[in-house]
Amino acid sequence: MTIEVRNLVKKFGGFAALDGVGLKVNDGELLALLGPSGSGKTTLLRIIAGLDWPDAGEVSFNGEDALAQGARERHVGFVFQHYALFRHMTVFENVAFGLRVQPRAIRKDEATIRVRVKELLDLVQLDWLSDRYPSQLSGGQRQRIALARALAIEPRILLLDEPFGALDAKVRKELRKWLRSLHHEINVTSIFVTHDQEEALEVANRVVVMDKGRIEQIGSPDDVYERPASAFVHGFIGESIELPVQVEGGVVRLGDQPLRLAADGLAPGASRLFVRRHDMLVGPSGSGAFEGAVQHVRNFGPVQRAEIALSGGETIEIDAPRGRELRAGDTIGLEPRRYRIFAG
Amino acid sequence: MTMQIADSVSLSAPDAKARAHAAAARDNLRTEPRAVRITIIALAMIFLSVFVVLPLVIVFAQAFSKGILAFFAALAEPEALAAIKLTLLVAAISVGLNLVFGLVAAWAIAKFEFQGKTFLITLIDLPFSVSPVISGLVFVLLFGAQGYFGGWLRDHDIQILFAVPGIALATTFVTFPFVARALIPLMQEQGTQEEEAAVSLGASGLQTFFRVTLPNIKWGVLYGVLLCNARAMGEFGAVSVVSGHIRGETNTMPLLVEILYNEYQFVAAFAIASLLAMLALITLIAKTVLERHLDEGHDASDH
Amino acid sequence: MGLTLSWLSVIILIPLAGLFLKSLELSPEQFWNILTSRRTLNALRVSFGLAFAAACVNLVMGSIIVWALVRYRFPGRRLFDAIVDVPFALPTAVAGVALTALFAEKGWLGAPLAAAGIKVAFTPVGIFVAMIFIGIPFVVRTVQPVLQDLDPEIEEAAGSLGASRWQTIIRVILPSLAPALLTGLALAFARAVGEYGSVIFIAGNLPNVSEIAPLLIVIRLSEFRYADATAIAVVMLVVSFVIIFAVNRLQRWAQSRIPAR
Repeated sequence: MTIEVRNLVKKFGGFAALDGVGLKVNDGELLALLGPSGSGKTTLLRIIAGLDWPDAGEVSFNGEDALAQGARERHVGFVFQHYALFRHMTVFENVAFGLRVQPRAIRKDEATIRVRVKELLDLVQLDWLSDRYPSQLSGGQRQRIALARALAIEPRILLLDEPFGALDAKVRKELRKWLRSLHHEINVTSIFVTHDQEEALEVANRVVVMDKGRIEQIGSPDDVYERPASAFVHGFIGESIELPVQVEGGVVRLGDQPLRLAADGLAPGASRLFVRRHDMLVGPSGSGAFEGAVQHVRNFGPVQRAEIALSGGETIEIDAPRGRELRAGDTIGLEPRRYRIFAG
Repeated sequence: MTMQIADSVSLSAPDAKARAHAAAARDNLRTEPRAVRITIIALAMIFLSVFVVLPLVIVFAQAFSKGILAFFAALAEPEALAAIKLTLLVAAISVGLNLVFGLVAAWAIAKFEFQGKTFLITLIDLPFSVSPVISGLVFVLLFGAQGYFGGWLRDHDIQILFAVPGIALATTFVTFPFVARALIPLMQEQGTQEEEAAVSLGASGLQTFFRVTLPNIKWGVLYGVLLCNARAMGEFGAVSVVSGHIRGETNTMPLLVEILYNEYQFVAAFAIASLLAMLALITLIAKTVLERHLDEGHDASDH
Repeated sequence: MGLTLSWLSVIILIPLAGLFLKSLELSPEQFWNILTSRRTLNALRVSFGLAFAAACVNLVMGSIIVWALVRYRFPGRRLFDAIVDVPFALPTAVAGVALTALFAEKGWLGAPLAAAGIKVAFTPVGIFVAMIFIGIPFVVRTVQPVLQDLDPEIEEAAGSLGASRWQTIIRVILPSLAPALLTGLALAFARAVGEYGSVIFIAGNLPNVSEIAPLLIVIRLSEFRYADATAIAVVMLVVSFVIIFAVNRLQRWAQSRIPAR
């Protein structure tokens, strides 16, 4: 199943939750919608599911207009952030729900339903819990039951809203790997929403980075990390150093100091320079694009994190490998191994 | 791309599409079709109008059916004045007693762990679920001529039944749960930390109570007193059993309503009834206002 | 502290203990004879039967009122919300005379009903009407907070799994409200069984037909037949105990199903 979203606009009062969003999801893909809270990612997911309706724009599944169908007809599996399990039903009945409410004409008989539910509980490795109530399960177990319940209707698309958001860090890591392998097994086109970049980069085939109701970048995890398309993406993903610079006549300036950095193809004017912390290479004073004085050093296992006062007046933090020990008071040169300059 | 699509379909297609979208969107997952909504609202409004609004309206309509003068004349009757006085007196006594009982009971239940706590809570609720007639009956059995204390009371010439003490006792019993019920959840929620802090800063028990505990629960106290008072003034069944219906002496307002009504003095009966109905309405308004205060207190403690 | 507590329980316990002690003065045979006398049996039947019927009406209408108040926005919603509490606040004697005036043969509602051949006041139907009136707040006020707090996501989950609106209501929403609905039903029933003031005016009080048990207690008392009054009271009290106990158990059971979030 492919999903295509064109020009979606959704306003809540004066606030534009989605401001012209377009996206194509390929068959069998596992896509992450990544962004800070309020970026519109959950709204986009809910519109695809049919739980919300856009003010303008189109959504199609395999080229068919999806907006002409209500949520019931779309056959979309939706896993809610807080699971939304039916607490008066056992785990078994929760998973069986989607099968039991089918129209009589196509509803399967009780034996078939039992077999199917058993399969799903096996798939999420929780068949031993089938007689429990949701209140008797741990967060991670509830999450997996919610997933099994969504899969029971053999959804054409699987949508997950912050699937690991309510879990503690350890369970979260385990479930990430599990979700990836599960997706590999069932191979249903899936989209999940997250605000956790590590989660998105680790689990998804492709990542959609959103901010303020717009898509900032769509790409593979490598793309968005190594080749951020915008200042927002660079700042949001990974730990970055951000410096306000001026581009003028092929020269990049920090304050009134020209930096020895290539400025080819950059528009003149106020710009922002982004460098990953670990991409700042330390050299002797006089080498590299920047000069600075080490203020403070802390050691984090294999790296030393140093606070450096640049000669332009800015203070930055860099991660340097151990070996060449930095000391407070040292004057050093810094050369960005990789950097990006964005206008504005 | 979009241009091509627009060109390749007929002009009416976007309209049809928009209509289909609108139809699907209306099929919201969390509400019902318009017709169902209107039916449910209408049923609720009609039911409440017939069973609640109309009875309220008719009280005032009947009270003023012979004009405003007849209304005031009925209220100025010595019998009516005596009933009003007695009602106020009984309400004052039972509200006062229950304020003390309620505070102590709520304090004990909310701040201490002890055996039989659940039993005590059930006990406090009991007067709510017991028929008021039975509440009256138990006092007759205790203090009546053939009652357990009847002989002793007669020997010492103390009149409880068919007199003000009996009426006050029965009313206190019936209204017992209100203050305690309003305070228990409030005090439980507030826990014991603030009081422990006060004690650790050197406050005495009473200082702690008046400076820390009471300010925290003042709206709850008011709420309980309000409901307690409304019920105390309006209590009929229990009081009817213990009062003896001595005219001008042991008739409270609700009892007088009954007597006047049975004597076909409808205007007078409804005039008294309208006073009680006003009391109920004022109580409800005050209750709404207090609930808002209680909610605010709740929010404030959340943040 | 222990002293205050015992003192408190004494205030409530002594009167009730007195009641049971009094009933112990009766031999089991006497007790049985009182209860199985035709008039007592009929009074209990009228009180319990009509109270249950009225509680059922309140269950249905209360659910409808709660649904309208919580889920829909309409003019006058807040007013109607406040009005639900009137039967709590209105003194029962006032309610009694008002309902009687309303449903009497010449009353605003009694006249059209009489024209249709339905007599309400001074018949068992009148008792039924009064019991409905006093029971209204119970179902509404116990179910309202539960419906308000119901997670909207469970309805969306049911819908996205293909359930129709009707299936969602029957299979998901109603079971979630069931403990509150049953609690409301029990409370409305308990109140209606013991109700006196609002019923006796409209009841007609014809022995064996429209005489409620609390009224029979009052009548026996005025005849100084204390034993009879006590026996009837004990039966009603035991039923109240059972209902409170059941409600408490129900609440605990409902709470055990709520996941700690």
